[in-house]
Amino acid sequence: MTEPAPFETSGTGATDSLTLEPTQPSSPNKIYTAKQWTLIRKAFFKHKLAVIGLFVTVAIYFVAIFAGFLAPFTASKFNANYVYAPPQRLHVVDRSHGGWDWGLYVYGYKSTQDPKTLQLKYKPDPAKKIPVGLFVHGSKYKVFGLIPTDIHLIGPVDQKQPMYLLGADRNGRDLLSRMIYATRISMSIGLVGVAIALVLGLALGGVSGYFGGKVDTLIQRLVEFFMSIPTLPLWLGLAAALPGGWGPLKRYFAITIILGIVAWTSLARVTRGRFLSLREEAFVTAAALDGNSHSRLIYRHMLPSLTSYVIAHMTLAIPGMILAETSLSFLGLGLQPPVVSWGVLLEDAQNVRVVSTAPWLLLPGVAVTIAVLALNFLGDGLRDAADPYRR
Amino acid sequence: MTQPDPLLRVEGLKTHFFLDEGTVRAVDGVDLTVMPGTIVCVVGESGCGKSITARSILGLVEAPGRVVAGHIWWNPAMARDRSPVAERGPRRGHRAGKSHGGRADLTALEPHSEQLRQIRGNDISMIFQEPMASLSPMYTVAAQLTEAIRLHMPMSKQEAFDRGVSLLKRVGIPRPEQRMHAYPFQLSGGMCQRVMIAIALSCSPSLLIADEPTTALDVTTQARIIDLLTELQAETGMAIMFITHDMGVVAEIADEVVVMYLGTVVERGSVEEIFHDPKHPYTQGLLRSIPTMGRGSRQRLTSIQGQVPHPLNRPSGCPYHPRCDRAVAGVCDVADPPTVNLERGRQVRCVLYDSDQRVAPSSSADAGNRDQP
Amino acid sequence: MTNTHTVDAAETLLDVQNLSMQFPVRGRGMLARTTGYVQAVGGVDLSIRSGEVLGLVGESGCGKTTLGKCIVGEIRPTGGNVYYRDSDGTSVDLTALNSKTLRKYQRHIRVIFQDPFSSLNPRMTVAQIVGDPLKAHGIAKGSELEDRVATALRLVGLSPGYMHRFPHAFSGGERQRINIARALILDPQLVIADEAVSALDVSIRAQILNLLRDLQDELNLTYLFISHDLSVIESICDRVAVMYLGKIVELADTDAIYRSPQHPYTEALLSAVPRADPRLRGTGRRIRLSDDFPDPSNPPPGCHFHTRCRYADLERCRAEIPQLRVIAGQHQSACHLTEELTLAGITAPTESAPVVD
Repeated sequence: MTEPAPFETSGTGATDSLTLEPTQPSSPNKIYTAKQWTLIRKAFFKHKLAVIGLFVTVAIYFVAIFAGFLAPFTASKFNANYVYAPPQRLHVVDRSHGGWDWGLYVYGYKSTQDPKTLQLKYKPDPAKKIPVGLFVHGSKYKVFGLIPTDIHLIGPVDQKQPMYLLGADRNGRDLLSRMIYATRISMSIGLVGVAIALVLGLALGGVSGYFGGKVDTLIQRLVEFFMSIPTLPLWLGLAAALPGGWGPLKRYFAITIILGIVAWTSLARVTRGRFLSLREEAFVTAAALDGNSHSRLIYRHMLPSLTSYVIAHMTLAIPGMILAETSLSFLGLGLQPPVVSWGVLLEDAQNVRVVSTAPWLLLPGVAVTIAVLALNFLGDGLRDAADPYRR
Repeated sequence: MTQPDPLLRVEGLKTHFFLDEGTVRAVDGVDLTVMPGTIVCVVGESGCGKSITARSILGLVEAPGRVVAGHIWWNPAMARDRSPVAERGPRRGHRAGKSHGGRADLTALEPHSEQLRQIRGNDISMIFQEPMASLSPMYTVAAQLTEAIRLHMPMSKQEAFDRGVSLLKRVGIPRPEQRMHAYPFQLSGGMCQRVMIAIALSCSPSLLIADEPTTALDVTTQARIIDLLTELQAETGMAIMFITHDMGVVAEIADEVVVMYLGTVVERGSVEEIFHDPKHPYTQGLLRSIPTMGRGSRQRLTSIQGQVPHPLNRPSGCPYHPRCDRAVAGVCDVADPPTVNLERGRQVRCVLYDSDQRVAPSSSADAGNRDQP
Repeated sequence: MTNTHTVDAAETLLDVQNLSMQFPVRGRGMLARTTGYVQAVGGVDLSIRSGEVLGLVGESGCGKTTLGKCIVGEIRPTGGNVYYRDSDGTSVDLTALNSKTLRKYQRHIRVIFQDPFSSLNPRMTVAQIVGDPLKAHGIAKGSELEDRVATALRLVGLSPGYMHRFPHAFSGGERQRINIARALILDPQLVIADEAVSALDVSIRAQILNLLRDLQDELNLTYLFISHDLSVIESICDRVAVMYLGKIVELADTDAIYRSPQHPYTEALLSAVPRADPRLRGTGRRIRLSDDFPDPSNPPPGCHFHTRCRYADLERCRAEIPQLRVIAGQHQSACHLTEELTLAGITAPTESAPVVD
């Protein structure tokens, strides 16, 4: 069985009467009617690592969105009694009385002071069983910044009791809660920074590639200038120039702008290259001769073939942003407490002695690594899948 | 009929490509023979599998493609016995030293095996459609040519250079000493194709496979490349398997013609027979649809109806039947057509000729009424 | 320069006068200066009559495509004029228009592209591609647009039922039909077909050539048919212009040019075309041109063709540029020696030629 040719069967073309009626395409042709995004999705899901990356990324952003609910406490709740308290094990079943006593609980701490170093040492105290509950009432927060509530996914039933699943920092704050809240800042700073880079990169790269000539030369020299500045000193300089009196929100936006200004150059390069090659494509020439104006030509005929590349490129740029913010904050020049980001949290782990006594303070680094890897895998997969017509 | 053994015999070759969307039967049962010292043209439209056939012979089919059935018999004895030529003086002893007697099945060899590499390097050469793309832009002609020469023969650089110059002269490149130092992009398309031919000739092959070597060239250049290949063939006695879609070129160069359609050979015969007494309806249609010069302006062309089906969407039965104006309903669309042997080694794969009392091609009404399996 | 053609001005649709196009050649590096110019088209006079098919033939690099691009306004010529006769009888110089006004005339002069694969945007459906000219010019939208797209598709022998498919669902021949539909949907006067059938298979080529002829008859179109393939040119053109190195060297009715060429280059081109008849082999009819195509940025003095011409032995060919002049009737040639030479053309196929009932 074959599909009839979609045109009439003789070369004597030009009359209406001979045209075949449309026929139902047979199954092997399904792929040929598929839209671009269907093809991209197909290609993407073949890429195992990219799919894993996608799920991890989605999970991380989920954590960022529902930080208030997922975190047992607020980021700033401190308790001077539990400075550098180590992580507790979460128990599911209590068999200390011989039976099977189901229910979440952790053990409390027994603290001893080292007589020589005066350092506090904590040991789990099996005598102190702290019951842990799901959907417990705790500190107040707002879902999406709108709906006030105090329900947390997990937390001690008695809010006065200590629960440090990932340990505590030097002020006795819960590291798990702080990391969850930090996810918000760290992951969003990537997005906002990339958005700024995207606007700058697309506009300047597009103008450069579409019009060419002197404009192109000028913009390319600008790009080269920005690329030739060593990034770290530039960030440092810019960040140091920020007025000290700025509040956390102002500072946050200032940092994203600084990151975006540095990151737009590579996107501008990519955009320009694509525009240059697209300009030579016969279908763009054809569209120009169809009577399309410059803007219609760009928006309707050229940009659609760019979106997949841009999305892939953006995804690959986010990890760079996250790392940059982390480095800046680690050096104490990025975000400042009380704002928490992974970089700010890592700032606590600058000291070797601190790291040796409280190694769990390095855990935000693990979070950074996971996030960056996941985004990279995702971006790679998107980039490979971006052009389903390449074959 | 006592015929000499063929240099190359392809039997029932099937090369399939395994894609996600399905299996493309690019080559689906091809039989052809190349006699020593002849020019065999494989002709067909795009997608008929002519290039994949050539690539299968050289073991150059890449994943997801695979040779799934058939044999490619290479007969080195026939290669050795061809008439000696002055050009290939240094090669004679070398080749005689190779002691593989009987014929070899190239499909049985590993794609990356030493033996296949030997055959590819010493006995069978290939030239391609895009001469510019086949030459490296990073190296001079001299570098690429002498490298090819020294791969086949132990020679000093100077000797190889001198031989390169003589090869360039042989393929008709003026001022070869200067051209040796040129980069491919400094040469025209025709010159590049001549360099490619020189590289292909450097091992004095017994068989040259030319895959659309003139398609990318201007008509004046094409004429000269065809002349060159014909001359070289006569001079060296090598066989040429010439792949093209251009019936005009076939008429100019071929001894034997193999007409392919959708991965199968529909007709084989001498060039004279194919052009002046085509049997298969496809060959007839193909010849009718080429514009013949000198017929006068604005003469309407006769075209083959429809189009080549999508490779994933092969028709059942005879692959040509949806376009054939003489297809027999209930026969051609059901069963594979038989390969019918006609006189003088001619073969045609069409049910119209499959009968004890052969039906003349013109009396197709008759053929339509017969019950053929 | 005046129009040398003996054509009634009223029936001339497009008049190209002394058109030239130079491309700058730049040296390497960032701050490189222009080191020279390639004269892609060097002073071409050509008039296209209403309702005819004018063939433009030549080897690659002869400037035929550039000439087509200049006519349609894809690139701005560096010299000369292109006069287009509007439907109301007024003549407009297309080279003098700004790009906005030019766009208006580009509705009347449309292009069919060579490559059926790269000339269709893979991200747009057939309906979007074919309807885009109407949208861009603000002529139609909505259901009227869809109706007109359907009509255009039927016109080229495609079923409108396929209009919401993407181009990759179609074969080369079908894509070329889509290209033709896109060109014709604006009801053009002049269609420039630049190698419109070169990328197609033999059996499909004949279909598309027949389609183009039928459309011409039906819609009273004028074609400028650019091709390197002389057999294709003969099968569709009324008149043929032969180009060599940016200049027209011969111009005549198709039959005249094929039967009795008046320029040595035309003769060589004709003889180089492979004929689909093995019995013609070895009849010594072929003229060999050397592969040395002159450098277009440094063309030879005098007659550009003298370096490859087998008749050029006079001082004159090397010193004096031959002008395109009338030889007989409508036949024009740019060769000093035309009158002295007897050049071989193509004879009609003999009885033994492949005639398959």
